[in-house]
Amino acid sequence: MKEVCIYTTNMPYRDNSDIKGYVFGEGKKSLCIVGSTRGNEVQQTYIASQMVHRLKKLEERGLINPGHQIMVIPTINKTSLNVGKRFWPLDNTDINRMFPGYDKGETTQRIAAGVFEAVQGYEFGIQFTSFYRQGDFTPHVRFMDVVGGDGEHASEFGLAYVVTYKPEPFDTTTLNYNWRLWDTDAYSVYTSSTDHIEEESANIAQRACLRFMNARGMIDYPCHQGFIPTKLNEAELTQLFSIQGGIFRRLARPGDIASSGQVLAEIVSPMTGEVVEQITTPEGGVVFFTCSKPLVNEHTLVFTMVPRELARR
Amino acid sequence: MKQEVCSAQLYVDETLRIWKNHLEPLGRVKPGMKRISVVTGIHGDELEGQLVAFELARRIQESPEKLTGVVDIYPAINPLGISTIQRSVPQFDLDMNRIFPGNDEGDLVEYISQQVVEDIAGSDLAFDIHASNIFLTEVPQIRINEITAARLVPFAVRANMDFIWVHASATVLQNTLAYSLNDIGTPCLVVEMGVGMRITREYGHQLVDGIFNLMCDLGIWSGEAPANIRKPIVSTDGKVSFVNADAAGVFLPRASHDNFVGAGEELGVIADATTGQVNQVVTSPTDGLLFTLREFPVVQPGSLIARILGVTPEQRENGNLEEVRAKAREFLASRGLQEE
Repeated sequence: MKEVCIYTTNMPYRDNSDIKGYVFGEGKKSLCIVGSTRGNEVQQTYIASQMVHRLKKLEERGLINPGHQIMVIPTINKTSLNVGKRFWPLDNTDINRMFPGYDKGETTQRIAAGVFEAVQGYEFGIQFTSFYRQGDFTPHVRFMDVVGGDGEHASEFGLAYVVTYKPEPFDTTTLNYNWRLWDTDAYSVYTSSTDHIEEESANIAQRACLRFMNARGMIDYPCHQGFIPTKLNEAELTQLFSIQGGIFRRLARPGDIASSGQVLAEIVSPMTGEVVEQITTPEGGVVFFTCSKPLVNEHTLVFTMVPRELARR
Repeated sequence: MKQEVCSAQLYVDETLRIWKNHLEPLGRVKPGMKRISVVTGIHGDELEGQLVAFELARRIQESPEKLTGVVDIYPAINPLGISTIQRSVPQFDLDMNRIFPGNDEGDLVEYISQQVVEDIAGSDLAFDIHASNIFLTEVPQIRINEITAARLVPFAVRANMDFIWVHASATVLQNTLAYSLNDIGTPCLVVEMGVGMRITREYGHQLVDGIFNLMCDLGIWSGEAPANIRKPIVSTDGKVSFVNADAAGVFLPRASHDNFVGAGEELGVIADATTGQVNQVVTSPTDGLLFTLREFPVVQPGSLIARILGVTPEQRENGNLEEVRAKAREFLASRGLQEE
């Protein structure tokens, strides 16, 4: 294992913001794994750091196959992690909305440019990322439908779901979008939490990455094949919104199977304690995403569901 | 008249309401009257538009008999951001000005965005007023996406602004309010001026004069048009130079905002307050007008320090509209086309 500093930013009154990568094996640039890009992505940092730990052991045992180089970057934003801010401390900009970056631009544009230079040219990319809405997911692999990739290897993670989606204009400055645009076959792995560690889904994500590396011949690590995934387009998922504001009492969890008309959550009046709304599913299916906030507004996306007929695919 | 555009319940016993001030000629409303919409407060820390919203309504209400069309003023599209002094909507990751035209079946912010667009749609002209952020001070300017320049520049040059910046199109900007309105045929000008979290009275009054000037043009105001409307500089990206910090520290400006600087002239220094050393002397790369200057002192490598517009003092005084028109005619002639 080699530790490399891929980019650094001088900080007034603080240590430099060094971004470190851990490189395993030698040969073609086979895989780059990026953990957190934001300062509250604790779970994503944890999973990536565990990948460093696992790959180090595999390398010591000679199980990284010759001709493959793998780099893991646990976080590109320790500077925000250390102050508990999701975005860049000084100007509140999101590094993951700055790619491919600009080396003569503003601070986070420069960071994105420095990171992108280091992560470009890999055959595959994996990012552990969080969603812009606060909530928990059933672990899944997601890839953007961008010119230059068809996500054909997404099944090799062995997770239960593979979700494709059309990028919105605001997605065009994410790492994943730009990786795909510049010919890296990139995937995002979503787990069940962001700002706290959820060990079970963290382990699922690690095993999924090892399974993928094994299937692609990067490591010699025979393992359980996992799921034959259900492939979904994000537009096919059923979205359920609150029609009242109040305390969100969640009754269903990601991965739960719900029948038609089942109550998935209640909204309770914060003043009188009465249940003012029951969130029910109009059709049976699997709970895919749940809002994790204790309080919700009217018009909050509280659940997405995989409809039963899609879950059977 | 204060009118509710849309509303939604918040967590605890409070309703979020988007308001507008709807002003029309009382008892004289006619079908087909022209309408202008003035929007501000999408970014909660940009407050320059607050004075404009107030002053525009105040002047109209001072002489209501001169109002011959409809004026809708939306002072706060992001009330929760203003309440918490932050750019974005609290607890919503995305910049609100990146999710227009919104979705009435979407999340709270998407729903509000859709309702706002629907309410403004059909206006004969709209303004979306922004301040700079807390880091930079800007001269009053209008920014126009190049794909809408032909339609918007004729409005913009009448708005009493100092500078019309026609910038390149970017995919990420396709979800702004202005893009969404222009896309459905409602012309929308984006104003940037002043600095975040503050109000610059002079700039606010300057823009209000510009809005009245355009209201006269559109037949919405029968009073006299303001005198001495400025002749702006119209420029594309190519004339704008950016100066970014190469060192970390505290920026101490030497040059003054909205003044001319020469190539190589010192704009300020980046000082190290711990050691007493100067980490960088920041100089101008070109001759021109210092139209953007760093306001917030702490900088890191990459922090924007200044933007300089490559124009002469004479162009600043008289605008460069004739020169731009001549170039446009030349361009059209080279393609065998005629000016409309």
